[in-house]
Amino acid sequence: MELYSLTIHEAQEKLRQGEISSVELTESVLERIDAVEAKVGAYISLQPELAVRMAEMADERRAVGEDRPLLGIPLGIKDTIITHGVPTTAASKILDGFVPPFDATAIDRLRQAGAVFVGKTNCDEFAMGSSTEYSAFHPTRNPRNLNCVPGGSSGGSAAAVGAGEALGSLGSDTGGSVRLPASFCGVVGLKPTYGRVSRYGLIAFGSSLDQVGPITKDVEDAAILLNAIAGHDARDSTSLNAPVPNYVDEIKQGDGLKGIKVGIPQEYFTEGMEPGVAQTVRAAIDHLADLGAEPVEVSLPNTGYGIPAYYIVATAEASANLSRYDGVRFGLRQDGGDMWNTFSQTREAGFGPEVKRRIMLGTYALSAGYYDAYYLQAQKVRTLLRQDFERAFEKVDVMVSPVAPMVAFEINAKVDDPLQMYLTDVLTVSLNLAGVCGISIPCGFSEGMPVGLQIIGPALGESAILRTAYQYEQTTDWHKQPAEL
Amino acid sequence: MAKLNREEVERIAELAKLTLSDAEKDMFQEQLSNILEYAEMLQQVDTTGIPPTTSALPLNNVMRPDELALSLPNDEALSNAPDAEDGSFKVRAVLD
Repeated sequence: MELYSLTIHEAQEKLRQGEISSVELTESVLERIDAVEAKVGAYISLQPELAVRMAEMADERRAVGEDRPLLGIPLGIKDTIITHGVPTTAASKILDGFVPPFDATAIDRLRQAGAVFVGKTNCDEFAMGSSTEYSAFHPTRNPRNLNCVPGGSSGGSAAAVGAGEALGSLGSDTGGSVRLPASFCGVVGLKPTYGRVSRYGLIAFGSSLDQVGPITKDVEDAAILLNAIAGHDARDSTSLNAPVPNYVDEIKQGDGLKGIKVGIPQEYFTEGMEPGVAQTVRAAIDHLADLGAEPVEVSLPNTGYGIPAYYIVATAEASANLSRYDGVRFGLRQDGGDMWNTFSQTREAGFGPEVKRRIMLGTYALSAGYYDAYYLQAQKVRTLLRQDFERAFEKVDVMVSPVAPMVAFEINAKVDDPLQMYLTDVLTVSLNLAGVCGISIPCGFSEGMPVGLQIIGPALGESAILRTAYQYEQTTDWHKQPAEL
Repeated sequence: MAKLNREEVERIAELAKLTLSDAEKDMFQEQLSNILEYAEMLQQVDTTGIPPTTSALPLNNVMRPDELALSLPNDEALSNAPDAEDGSFKVRAVLD
C-alpha cells in the first residue's frame, strides 16, 4: 500500500509507531501529485519545497517527544483560505499574485496541530459555482471519471483527497461547496454549524452563510480535522463561544444507532432526481435502520424556496463583500485614467463571468425599489426555512437525504446555463440558510459515479451526524474504493 | 417586473462598478431576467408577521474590551499594494 493512500488516522498511527516519517509520507503525496496532477488539476499552486521543510520540522518535533493531532500530516488547502506567505487567489485573476501577510484562524490552528501544507486547491472563482469550472485558471476533473466535474466550489479539495494528492483538505461551504464535491468525488465532506469554525481569513463570499469545513477519506479523519479547527475566535464575532467536544471520542460512543431517530424529509426526494441516486440513498436509509436507527418521515415544507432565497441572500452579501476589490490595497489594478474608471476597469478585467453575474444579481436585489421585494422577502423566507429545521429537530436527532439530485455531470454540461447550475445545490443550500450542520459520506454508486448521503444535524449537532456517519461507514466499504487513475 | 431592460442592466453595472462590454450586457440581461423570473416564486410566500433573518443563530452584539494590541506592521499591510508611497496606498486623485 502506498503511503499517499493512507487515511489521516492510519498515518498518525504509523508516525507514532515510528514506522514511517512525515518526510516519507509527504514525499509519497508529492510523487502522487507528479503522477496524476496533470490529469486531475486539483491544485492552483503547489509548495513542494515548503511541504518537505514542514515535514522535516514535524519529524524533528516528533523525535524530541512531541505528539500533536496532525503532526506531519500533508493537507491541501482551498485557495479561498488565507495562508501567510503563500499565494492565495480564490481562483480569481483579481487576486493573482496576492501573498497574504497573515494566516486564517483555521490555518493557524492546523499549524499548531502540526500539519504540513502541500498546496492551494482549485475552486470556482470566489467559491461561486458548483463544478469548479468557474476557476479563472483551469477546471478540475473528477478523479473517478476525468470527463466529469468534481463538483464545486471546493472541487480541487475533494479531487485532491479522492486522487490521493493530499491526506485531507479544507474547503469552504456557503451553499454546499464542501458537501457537493465530496459527494461527486466519493469522499467525506463536513459543513460545520455556522460559527463552529472561525471565518477569520476565509475570503468572504456570503458572510452569514460561509463556513470552513474538512474534506477527508473517512469520517474519523473529518472528526480529527474538525477537532483541530473548531472553537471560538475573538477575531470572528460570529464564531460561537461553545465548548468543543473531542469529536474523535464522540463518534465511537453509543450502541450502534439504537434509539437514534433519523428523519427523512420527504421534500428532499424531489421529482427530477436521478432514480439511481434515490435508490442508493433509500438503501442507505434501510442500512441505518438495520443498525438500530428509527426512520421517521418528516417535512421541511419550505424547501422549494431554498434556491431562490439562497441566491438572493448569497449574491446580496457577495455584492457587498466583493466591493473591496477595487485595485487600491491588493490585487490587480487596471488604470482607467481617473479614480472611478480605475475601480470599474479593474473589476471588469479582474472578475470572471459568474462573479460578475452574482455581483449584478446581488446589487439589483439590494437596490432602491427592489430591496423589499427581493432581499427582505428572501430573509423572511429564510426565517421560515430555519423554523422548518427547528420543528423537524423536535422530532428527530438527525435527518438524511441525498446531497444532490444527480451524480457528477460531464464537463461543460451546465457551464452556460447559470440557473441549471444553481439547481445543483437544491438539497444543500437550506442548511446554510438555517445555520445547521451537515456531512456528505459515500453511500454507493449510480452509473459508475459516487452517491453522497447527506446527514443533517441541528446547530452544534456535529457529534450526532459524525456518530451516525461513523456507524454507517464502519459497516460498509464505499469509502474503501479509491479512484483508479 | 422580473424582465430587465437594457437601461436597468446599465444602472446595476454602474452601481456595481463594472464596465460591462456590449456582449456582457446582452448576456446578463437575458440570464439575470431568467434568474429573477425564477426568484419570483418568493413573492408567493405569505410572510405576514415573519421577521427577516439577521443571523442564522441567536447571536446579539458581541463586545470585546477596547484594548491596544499588535496589528499588521505598515510595510506588511502595504506589501500587496499595486502602488504605495510614504507608507500609504497611492490612488488616482479623488478630486481634480
